[in-house]
Amino acid sequence: MSKYTLQVNGESHEVDADPQMPLLWVIRDKLKMTGTKFGCGIAQCGACTVHVNGAPMRSCVLPVSAVSGPVTTIEGLSNGNELHPLQTAWIEHDVPQCGYCQSGQIMSAAALLASNKKPSDSDIDQAMAGNFCRCGTYVRIRAAVHTAASFYNADTSAKKGA
Amino acid sequence: MELNRRKLFKVSAIAGGGLMLQLSMPNVLAEDGKPLVASKDLNFYVQIASDGQITIFAPNPEMGQGVKTALPMIIAEEMGAKWEDVVVVQAPIDSSKFGMQGSGGSMTIPRNFDAMRKMGASAREMLIGAASLLLEVERKELEARESQVIHTSGRSMTFGQLATVAAQQPVPDPEVLEFKDPRSYTIIGTSVAGVDNLVVATGLTEFGIDVDVPGMMYASYTRCPRRGGIAKSFNEREIKRLPGVTDAFILEPDDRAGKSSFAFMDGLGVLRGGVAVVGDNTWAVFNAKNKLKIKWDESPASQDSWPEMVKQAKQVAAKGGGEVKLPGKTVDAALSDSKNRVQESFYEFPYVAHICMEPMNCTADYKKGKSGEPDTLEVWLGSQFPELAKEAGVNMFGLKPENIKVNGLRMGGGFGRRALHDFSAEAISISHRIGKPVKLTWTRTDDIHNDFFRVGGFENMKAAIDSNGKLAAWDQHYIGFGNKGKPVIGSGLRGNEFSMVALDNARVTQTLMEVDTSCGAWRAPGSNTNAFVEQSFIHELAELAERDHAEFLIELMGSRRWFEEGKISSLNTGRAIDVIKLAVEKSGWGKKKLPKGTGLGLAFYFCHAAHVAEIAEVSVDANNNYRVKNVTVAVDVGPIVNMSGAISQVQGSIVDGLSTMAMQKITMKNGEIEQDNFNNYPVMRIASTPQIDVHFIQSDNQPTGLGEPALPPLAPAVTNAIFAATGKRIRSMPLSEAGFTLV
Repeated sequence: MSKYTLQVNGESHEVDADPQMPLLWVIRDKLKMTGTKFGCGIAQCGACTVHVNGAPMRSCVLPVSAVSGPVTTIEGLSNGNELHPLQTAWIEHDVPQCGYCQSGQIMSAAALLASNKKPSDSDIDQAMAGNFCRCGTYVRIRAAVHTAASFYNADTSAKKGA
Repeated sequence: MELNRRKLFKVSAIAGGGLMLQLSMPNVLAEDGKPLVASKDLNFYVQIASDGQITIFAPNPEMGQGVKTALPMIIAEEMGAKWEDVVVVQAPIDSSKFGMQGSGGSMTIPRNFDAMRKMGASAREMLIGAASLLLEVERKELEARESQVIHTSGRSMTFGQLATVAAQQPVPDPEVLEFKDPRSYTIIGTSVAGVDNLVVATGLTEFGIDVDVPGMMYASYTRCPRRGGIAKSFNEREIKRLPGVTDAFILEPDDRAGKSSFAFMDGLGVLRGGVAVVGDNTWAVFNAKNKLKIKWDESPASQDSWPEMVKQAKQVAAKGGGEVKLPGKTVDAALSDSKNRVQESFYEFPYVAHICMEPMNCTADYKKGKSGEPDTLEVWLGSQFPELAKEAGVNMFGLKPENIKVNGLRMGGGFGRRALHDFSAEAISISHRIGKPVKLTWTRTDDIHNDFFRVGGFENMKAAIDSNGKLAAWDQHYIGFGNKGKPVIGSGLRGNEFSMVALDNARVTQTLMEVDTSCGAWRAPGSNTNAFVEQSFIHELAELAERDHAEFLIELMGSRRWFEEGKISSLNTGRAIDVIKLAVEKSGWGKKKLPKGTGLGLAFYFCHAAHVAEIAEVSVDANNNYRVKNVTVAVDVGPIVNMSGAISQVQGSIVDGLSTMAMQKITMKNGEIEQDNFNNYPVMRIASTPQIDVHFIQSDNQPTGLGEPALPPLAPAVTNAIFAATGKRIRSMPLSEAGFTLV
C-alpha cells in the first residue's frame, strides 16, 4: 500500500492504495464516485473512460501509480450548474437506453470535441470505436456528437449549456 | 357498490395537503383465464402536492427499454396533466402494493396499458369532481388538461389547488370510466425523452453495481470452468494473505436456490459450488481470483462439446424423423413428384451470450436474528423480477418473505439474463457466511462463462416448388437441445411460428439433443434464430421459383385473417402483408438502382404480438467484407406510446441483431466455455452502424411491446441481401465463420 494524492474534478484526494490498483477502482471503491463504470477490465469496452490531463484513458488498466496529472470523471464534466454541450445534446436526442455505457461514451466524445470541433462521421467512428454500447444507441450517439459540435461552431461565441 | 370500489381504489390525503391515489386492479388474466403473473393487486401511485407537482410511480423495472417513461406517460395523458409538471419515481419493490413487478417478454405495455389509463382517468374524474364542487358548476362543463381543470366559461383551478378536495371525492367505478379520444392525445404518441436522461448524462445513475452499504465488504466468486464441478480444496492460506483479502472459503452447490414459483425459471438459478474471496475492495478480490488454485471434483461436470453437437445434429438430419409437430400428410408426395423442384438446406445457429453491459452483481445483507428473533435479509440488485430474488433466501435459509427486503436498481442491460437469480443466491450465501453486508461483483469472464446462453441449434429444411412457382410442400426438422427431455428455454418450436400456422402443406418435426450448458431467455427466445432459418429459406424458395421474393412471401400469407380471432398473440396475415408492403415501398425494393455488389434483402417475422418486416441494403466487396448501409423497418405494434422510445427500441434491436449475427459465437470444449471477454467474444462498434429508417403502422389494435420483435428479422434480411448482391447463400451464423466480415 502506498499513499497517492489525486486531483479529481478539481479536488485533491489522498488515497491509500496498492500501486497496481487501477484508477477505476480507486475512483469507484475508495473515492466512492460511481459514474465511471466497470465493463470488462481489459480496455475493450470503454465504460471506464476518464480524462487524465484532458486525454481519454481507460481507467481499468491504468495503475494509480501511473496517473500523472489531473483526472476528470463524468461527474466533473459539467461546469458547476452548466451542462457540457454533449450532456445537453444527449438529452435532446434521447440517447440513453440502459445508460450503463453512457458515461464512457460522453467522456470519449468530450475528448474528441476538445481537439476537433467539427468532427466528421468518420472522425466520430474512430474516436468512439473503443466505446461499446450493448443496447445499440450508436445512431443517436453520432447525432448527439454532431449537435454538441454545432454549439462550438455557432456564430455567437461558444457558450456551454446553451 | 361504494364499499367494493373502496377496495379497488384507496385514496388518502398526503401530509401538507394533496391527493394520493392507489389503484387496485384485479389480476391480469391470460387468454385461458389463468393469471399471467402471480400477482395480488396492481397498485399505482399518483401524488399531487398542493404546489402542483405531480409524482407518478413507475412500477416495472427499467433496463433501457423505456418503461419507466412510457407507463407514467399513459397515466399523465388520461389525467390531463402537463408532462412538464410530472416527476417520475421508481416504485419500491412491494408485491403487497404493486403485485409482480417484472419486465420481460415485451409485455409491459400490453399488460399495463389499460390499467394505466384507468389510473389516469380515475384521478381525472376525482379532480373534476373537486372542481365541480369548488366552482359550483356541472361536471360536464369541465375538462382536465394542462394540469388544470377548466370550465367552459374560462374559469379554472390547478391540480395543486384541487388536490386536497379531490382526495375526498367519491371513487369512480373503473368499469364506467371513459378514456380520452386518441385523436386528442398530447403526450401518448409523441416523442418524450427518457425521465432519467439528465441523471445518466451526469453519471449519477445508481445501478446495482454502484450500491454502497455501510460496513459493506466486497466479494468475488469462482466456479468450476466445467459447469457442475464442485470445489474440494484450494490454496486458502496463500489467498488469505493477499493484500485487501479478509476471508476465503468454499460454498457447496445448492439446488434449492433455483426453486422458483415462476415455472419458466424453476430449477435454473441454482447455487453453483465454488470459492468465495472476501475483501475490502473489488480489485483485491478480483486479483485474488487469478491466484486461486482450486481442486475440483469434476465427476458431475458437463462434457458438452460444440463440435460433437454439430456432428450429432448432422447425423440426426440425415436420419430424419423426430417428434411430429405438424403431420403434413401431402408433403412426401410433393417432395417426390418429379414435376416439382426441390430444395434441401441445412441451417445452423450458435450459442451466444447476453453480455449485459453491467456484469452480474448483487449486494446482500443477511442479519442473523438475536435472541430468538427471526433472521432478516436485505438485497440490492438489478433484476427483471426483483421480488423473486427473495426465493433463494426463503429456500436456502428458511427466511420468511416478509423478513426480506429487495431493492430493485436500474439494470445495465437485462435481455433475459437478469430474470435469473443465481448471482444473488451467491451474494446471499456469502453474506450469511460472513455475517456482514457484501457486494458480490462478477468479472466479465465470470459473466460470459456463467451465462444462461441463447441456445444454439440446427434446422434441416426441405421444400417443393411446383410448375407454377408455388410452394407445394414444406418440411422442417428442428434439431435443438433439451435437458432431461424438456426443451431448454429458446429451443424447439412452440407451434405458433409462421410456417405452422400459415402453410397448409407443412410438416414440422423436432428432435432434442441433451445439453448440460445453462440456457436461458435471450431477446426474443426461439424467434431470434428460427426467423433466420425460416426467412432465409423462403428466399431460397423464391429464387428456386424464379419469382420476386416480396411477392412470393406475401402469397404464402394467404388470405388476410387472424389465426385466433381477438387473441393479441395471434398472427394476423393482413397485418403481416401490410408491414411487408410498407417496407417494400419505403426501401425502394424493385425500383432502386443498385450498384454491382449491392443487394436488398427482405425478411418478416411475427413474435411477441408484433408484425415486423425489414429490408436491408448491403454492399459486399470482392473479399467478402460487407457493409449494411441501410435497414428499412416496418412495424405494427398498434398505437405507439412513446415515439422516441419506440424508435430507439427498433434501432437497438437492429444493432443487437447485427452485432450478434456478424461475429458472436459461444463454444464449449469438454464442458468449458471457450470465450472469456470482448477480446475473443467481439462486439459491433459504432462504425458499422447502418442508417435505420423506422416506419410504424399504428393499427387499430391493442398496443403491444417493442423490446424484442424488431430483432429476429434482421439476420435473414442481411443474409438475403448478401445473396442478392453476390449469389452466395449463408446458412449459418455468425457470418464471420462463414467467411464474411462486417465493416
